[in-house]
Amino acid sequence: MVKKWIERSYSGLIFVFLYAPILVLIIFSFNESRTRGNWGGFTLHWYADLFRDRQILSAFYYTLSIGVISAVVSTIVGTFAAVGIYNMRYLGQKTILNLNYLPVLNPDIVTGVALMTLFIFFNFRLGFLTLLLAHITFCIPYVILAVLPKLRQLDKNLAEAAMDLGAKPFYAFRKVVLPEITPGIITGALIAFTLSIDDFVISFFTTGSGVTNISITVFSMARRGVNPMINALSTIMFTTVLLLLLWINYRTNKEKEEDEDEKELQMYNVLGTAGDTLSDDDRV
Amino acid sequence: MKSRMAYPYIVWLSMFIVLPLLLILYYGLTAVDGSFTLDNFQRFIDPIYLRVLWRSVELALLSTAICLVLGYPMAMIIAKTEIKRRNLMVLLFILPMWMNFLLRTYAWMTLLGRNGVINNILGWAGLPELNLLYNASAVVLGMVYNFLPFMVLPIYTVLSKMDQSYIEAAKDLGANNRKVFWKVIFPLSLPGVISGVTMVFMPAVSTFVIPRLLGGGQLMLIGNLVEQQFSYVGDWNFGSAISIVMMLFILISMALMTRFDKEQQGGVGLW
Amino acid sequence: MGEYMIDLKGVSKAFRKDQWVLDDIHLSILEKEFVTLLGPSGCGKTTTLRIIGGFEAATRGDVLFEGKSIRDLPPYERQINTVFQKYALFPHMNVFENIAFGLNIKRVPKEGIQKKVKDMLSLIDLKGFEKRRVHSLSGGQQQRVAIARALVNEPKVLLLDEPLGALDLQLRKEMQVELKKIQEQVGITFLYVTHDQEEALTMSDRVVVMNEGRIEQIGRPEDIYNEPKTPFVANFIGESNLFEGEMKQDNLVYFQGKRFQCVDKAFADTEKVFVVVRPEDVELTGKTNGIIEGEVLRTTFKGIHYEMMIKSLEDEKEWKVHSTERRTPGEVVGITVRPDLIHIMKRG
Repeated sequence: MVKKWIERSYSGLIFVFLYAPILVLIIFSFNESRTRGNWGGFTLHWYADLFRDRQILSAFYYTLSIGVISAVVSTIVGTFAAVGIYNMRYLGQKTILNLNYLPVLNPDIVTGVALMTLFIFFNFRLGFLTLLLAHITFCIPYVILAVLPKLRQLDKNLAEAAMDLGAKPFYAFRKVVLPEITPGIITGALIAFTLSIDDFVISFFTTGSGVTNISITVFSMARRGVNPMINALSTIMFTTVLLLLLWINYRTNKEKEEDEDEKELQMYNVLGTAGDTLSDDDRV
Repeated sequence: MKSRMAYPYIVWLSMFIVLPLLLILYYGLTAVDGSFTLDNFQRFIDPIYLRVLWRSVELALLSTAICLVLGYPMAMIIAKTEIKRRNLMVLLFILPMWMNFLLRTYAWMTLLGRNGVINNILGWAGLPELNLLYNASAVVLGMVYNFLPFMVLPIYTVLSKMDQSYIEAAKDLGANNRKVFWKVIFPLSLPGVISGVTMVFMPAVSTFVIPRLLGGGQLMLIGNLVEQQFSYVGDWNFGSAISIVMMLFILISMALMTRFDKEQQGGVGLW
Repeated sequence: MGEYMIDLKGVSKAFRKDQWVLDDIHLSILEKEFVTLLGPSGCGKTTTLRIIGGFEAATRGDVLFEGKSIRDLPPYERQINTVFQKYALFPHMNVFENIAFGLNIKRVPKEGIQKKVKDMLSLIDLKGFEKRRVHSLSGGQQQRVAIARALVNEPKVLLLDEPLGALDLQLRKEMQVELKKIQEQVGITFLYVTHDQEEALTMSDRVVVMNEGRIEQIGRPEDIYNEPKTPFVANFIGESNLFEGEMKQDNLVYFQGKRFQCVDKAFADTEKVFVVVRPEDVELTGKTNGIIEGEVLRTTFKGIHYEMMIKSLEDEKEWKVHSTERRTPGEVVGITVRPDLIHIMKRG
C-alpha cells in the first residue's frame, strides 16, 4: 500500500516536472501583462492579435508548408529508396545504410553547418529552397528506417506469387507489396512531418532572406522576451495535437475492445511511431 | 532490378549528405588561402577550447546520470501498470514533445527568472529570492527536462518486454526483491539503458540552444563554439575542425556503446 | 498430519471475480513421490503448480509444506524450486553462473559453489560446459541446466512445468528416462505438470488428472488407465469407447441394446451408467459368436495393430477396435468383451 503510494507520488512529481513549463506557457498566453512572470489579468487579445501579426503568421506558414512538402517528398523518395536498398546486394546495402545513418547519428549542428557550407560554397541563396532541401535531407533517412523493417517482414514469396499469377513486376509491387508496407510508410511520413515542424538547429543554419519558422522566431525573440502571441499560437497547436491523439487513442480503444492482444499491438504501433520520433526529435 | 529504385536517393545522398561532410573535412584541413594545414586542429588543443569540450562532456554526463536516476524508476512504474493506464502514461511522456522545443525551454526562463514564477512564490512566502537562471544548474535542468523521455521510453520498452519467468526463476532460487532487481532485472534491461544513455548524451553534448537560453550565454559549450564560428566569427575552417572533432567523438562513443551492449548480451541484440 | 510433504487444502483460485480456474483442490503429496498433474490446457494444472511455487496466491484454501502453512511465504523463502516451461535460464549469465545463482544468493563459500556446480554438471552429463552461453546450448542441454540450477539448491520439492514440451519426440523420450533416474538419485519429491498422458503414465508414482479446475481422479498410472472413474478420464487417458447404459442388476449391464456380464456391483438396479471399453479390450469373433454383430467400416494399419471402426448392426453406433488380426471393410464380425474389461461409472 505504502509502495503504491510512493509510486503514485513519484510519477505525479515527474509529470508535474514535465508539464509545469507547458502549463506556464498556456497560462501566460492569457496574460494581460507582457512581461513574463507577472500576471496582469486575463485576456484573449494575444489570440486576436495573432491573426493580424505578419511575422508570426509567416513563420507559421513557412513551418507548415516546409513540414508538408518535406514530409511528402521525403516519404516518396524514402519509400522508393527503401525498396531499392532492400533489393540491393549485401555490400551496396551496407554502404548505403551506413551513409543513411550519418544524419541520424550526427549532431544536428554538424548536419546544419555542413549543409550551410554546401549551399554557400555553391552560391545558393539561403532561403525557402535551401531550407526545404535541408529538411528533406534529414527526413529521408527516418522514412527509410521506418519502411525497411516492414519490407524485411514481408514474405519473400509474395511478389513472386503475384508474378506467378501473371502480374508484371510493377503491378505486383503496387498491388501486393505496397499495401503490406503502408503502415511503415505512414509512420515514416508522420516522423518526417514532426521532425520538420519542430526542427530548429538545421533550419537556423540553412535559412535566410527573411524566411523563418516558428522555432527560429522564438529563438530570436528569446532574449528580449517572447511575444505572448507565440504562446497563444503554441497553445493552439498543442491543443490540436492533443485532441488528435486523444481521438486516435479513443478510436483504437473502441475498435478493438474485444481483442486485447490486437489492441496492445496497435497501441505499440502508434507508440512505436512516437518512440521512433523521439529517438531524434528535438535534438539540438 | 528493383534496386534501381534507390538511385534517386543515392544521388541525393551524395549531394546533400556526403558532399557537405567532405566540404567540412576540406575546410577543416585547409587554411583561409586554401592550402593544406593541421593548424585548425592544433588550435583546438588550446586549454581554453579543451575546457569548453570538457565542460560540455561534464554537463552532458551529469544530465545523463540524472536522467537515468530519475527515469529508471519511472520506466519501472510504467512497465508495471496495467495496460490501459500504461499506454496513457507513455502518451503523457510523448505529448510534451509536440510543444515546440524552444518554447518549452523558454518556459523555464519564465519559471526560473528573477521575476519568474518560482521567485514570485518564494517572495509571497517571505523567502529570499534565488538566482536560478543563467548558470550551469539551469542548463543541466534544461537538458534533463528535454531529454528525460529519451531515457524513460527505451528502458520502459525493454522492461515491458522482459520475460516474467526470469524474475520468477530468480525468486524461486531464493532472491528477494532487491536481489532480483540487481542480479536479473537491471542486467537484462541494459540494452534499454544503453540506448537511453546514448539518446540523452548525444543531443546533450552538442546542444547550443539550451546553454544559450538558460545559461544566458555565460556558459560556452562546444555547440556554442561551433555556432559562433559559423554565425559570428565567420571562421569556417576552425568551425569545421571543431565539428569534425565533435562528430568523431560522438560516432566513436556510439560505436563503443553498441559494442559494450553486444558483449553484455552475448551477441543477442534485444534493442 | 505432518507426514505429507505438500498438502493442498481446498485451494481455489479466481483471477477475475467469480471466474474460478481452480475449484476446491485437495491434494496430498508424500516425500520422495513423483506426482504428475495431467490435463488439457486450461485445466488449472499450471496454476496449481504456481500456487505451490509461490508465484500465485490461492484465493481460498491453504497450502501446507511439511505440515506448516506456506500460504503467505514469498517464493524465495520456500524450500521448493521450479523448472520453468521455457527454462527461463538467465541470458546474461553462462552455464556456471546460472547454476550457481541460488548458491550465491545464499552466500555459500566460493569453494562450496565450485564443488556443488561441478557435481551437478556431472549429474546432468554436461561436464566442461561451465563457460558456455546458455543460448549456445541445444534445447535438451538448456533443459538439463535448468534442472541442475533448481536441484543444486537441494530443495525438498522440485516443481516441473511441462519441461519437455519444447523438445522433439526422440529427445523427450530420452529425457523422460533421465528425469526419472535423476529423481531416484536425488530422492526428493517431484511434482510434474504435463498434458501428455504417455509422459504422465511412464514417469509417475501417482497421476492427478485435472479438468476445468477440478481433480477428476488421483491414482497410480495403472489404476488411472485401467479403472477410470469418470468419462473424462476414460477419454483423456488412452482411447476408449464410451456408451450410455443402465445397470440391470449386480454384474449385469445393459448397453447397445444388449446385456453384458461385468464385475461391478453396488449400483442400484436400473441405475444409469457410462460404460467404457478400451479398443484393445474388444474381442472380435465370428459373425454369430459375439454379443453384438457389426460391420467393419474402415481398417487402418497402426504399426503394432490394426485400428478398425466397426458399426454395430444393432443401433448403428461405432466401436473403435484395436487388434493384431486384420478384418477387411465390409466384413460382418461379432463383438464380445470380457466381463472384467468392462468399466462402469456413474452417470448424472
